[in-house]
Amino acid sequence: MGRKILFITTDQQRFDALGCNGGLIARTPNIDALAAHGINYNRAHPQNVVCMPSRSTMITGQHVSTHGVWMNGVPLPVDAPSVASTLHDGGYKTALIGKAHFEPFLDPFLRFAENQLAASGTHSLIEDGYLHRGFDHMESAAHGGMGTFHYAQWLMKNHPEAVPMYYRVLDMELQVSALGGTNTGAPQAHINNIPREWYHTDWVADRAIAWLESLDPDADWFCWVSFPDPHHPWDPPASELHRVNWRDVDLPVGFPVDRAQREAILDAKPAQWRKWYDGDFVSNYEAPRRWVPNTLTEDQVREINALTHIENELIDEAVGRLMKHVESRGWGADTDVLFSTDHGEFQGDFGLLFKGPYHVDSLMRVPLIWRPAPSAGVDPATVTAPVGHVSLAATFCEIAGLPQPAYVDAPRLPVNDEDARSLGHERVLTEWDSVLFGKIVGLRTICRDGWVATACLPGSLHNGTEGELYNLANDPLQQINLWDDSAYRSTRDDLLADMWDSLPTPDAVRRECDAPV
Amino acid sequence: MGTVRRHIYIDAPADVVWDIVGAPDRLHEWFPIDSCEVVGNKRWINLPSGLRFEEDIVTLDHDLRRFQYAIVNNMIVTHHLATVDVIADGADRCIVIYATDIEPEPMGLVIIGAAGSGLKKLQSMFSPVNGVS
Repeated sequence: MGRKILFITTDQQRFDALGCNGGLIARTPNIDALAAHGINYNRAHPQNVVCMPSRSTMITGQHVSTHGVWMNGVPLPVDAPSVASTLHDGGYKTALIGKAHFEPFLDPFLRFAENQLAASGTHSLIEDGYLHRGFDHMESAAHGGMGTFHYAQWLMKNHPEAVPMYYRVLDMELQVSALGGTNTGAPQAHINNIPREWYHTDWVADRAIAWLESLDPDADWFCWVSFPDPHHPWDPPASELHRVNWRDVDLPVGFPVDRAQREAILDAKPAQWRKWYDGDFVSNYEAPRRWVPNTLTEDQVREINALTHIENELIDEAVGRLMKHVESRGWGADTDVLFSTDHGEFQGDFGLLFKGPYHVDSLMRVPLIWRPAPSAGVDPATVTAPVGHVSLAATFCEIAGLPQPAYVDAPRLPVNDEDARSLGHERVLTEWDSVLFGKIVGLRTICRDGWVATACLPGSLHNGTEGELYNLANDPLQQINLWDDSAYRSTRDDLLADMWDSLPTPDAVRRECDAPV
Repeated sequence: MGTVRRHIYIDAPADVVWDIVGAPDRLHEWFPIDSCEVVGNKRWINLPSGLRFEEDIVTLDHDLRRFQYAIVNNMIVTHHLATVDVIADGADRCIVIYATDIEPEPMGLVIIGAAGSGLKKLQSMFSPVNGVS
């Protein structure tokens, strides 16, 4: 009997969402306990700041340039490497419960296995003799009660009256809706009268517990529990709104209250920042096309943050239930728990919401915690070295006692900073590419030695000379762009040279985008 | 307005490929739909998700090898024109081009994704293994 792996992810959660990372509002004692008894990564970045590319990195252990899922809507090929397959081949029972999103959501032609599974009410699929993505069991959920997800099917069958209680994410033009359903009018904020026990966070935990309960006590298992929250829409159950009164929430430190100051900060960044803020250039599908960030009010920022904190508390309580169940099965000493998210969220920083081609901590710095199995005897630590999701696949294999797969781009996560040095965790890379009906934006980013440097690739707004450079110690909010400061030219050039040397070479032929998301 | 396009080369004479592409009632043989029905210049297609689209056949030009159709009477799609061209590239090879102009824009990405899948299926139908005679 080996170590079991509980991999818990959230969607669009900031580093500072958690108490263990300095969060002061949402109470997250269960996740904080994982950090206290494990390894808390202080500088973890995703390899892309939207869902599909980031999740594809988690499952493949590859950078975006390697796996080729360069933006949302580009499906991960069914024959792409999967660490779940590797673990399955190594004797593990495998499950993914919650949000998968390796394949597009908008799929009326039901071309993709994830959607076919829910539509057919099944939980696994054999393709060309292989288990789809390597999972014995897949049970899907997303951000509401509609769509081809197991959760949506369950809700429609058992509680059809609850389906319309959720916020309607897309408008009639299939755009991410800009409407708000609360007093502040904040986009994607909504009063959801669904009973808590029917909400997707609790459903995901319920289904994960049911799958764990089905296993033989001696089984080795890998269970990816993927909560759709706190991704917008911000519509937690109304019964939980008492937890955080938005009127009591302070504005985030990253929200410059003075409009002139805010806009001066944006003007010092590459053009995509200010142009989106003013509604002149919407580069990607993930933010509402009809919402103009410069209309964002202080009360809207407060409310969205409050709703997010509530969603984070519900996730933490679900994590507590999962941990309790693992203990009850007698697996507590032998279970590794890894916790992270796919990317961050502005939540008001710079006067913005949602995400896009903006490589700053709001979107790039993510929670990452590894609580090794107590039986492994790994000392708790805080790791300050830069690491990325690209190391997750190798880490899972290490836990399982399997060799590092040949397909991964990075070694396992370190257990402390000394281990990070020996493994070569000197830098972490993040890529962005988007093409939306002729609007082209590309970014490449390196974080190393306390600096973040981002190069803008030639595209609709950039000629290839623009970029961003921030000193994380002196400028933790990344409000002072040093890219054009001659005093830091050699630092910038050194970082960029390392970045170009370290990035994998993408395939010459880019994969096609098959859906908006 | 969203405008999207895909193309594929097929190792078969243009006329042979056009026999399928230019037959509106054979769409289900290569496009990822469940079934279709054609009555006059009207076509109804049934998607695996249960959705049903009504279409007007706008152009069926056997000389130009061009097929055009439009989704109509649809709650979501407010404008649509799809064009499929089969163009000879020598005697034994052709290129099939599928282009769509559509409102709302996001629907264009969904349709062209399906079209890309359809074009690959069409190509495989003429591969040496699956060759359509």
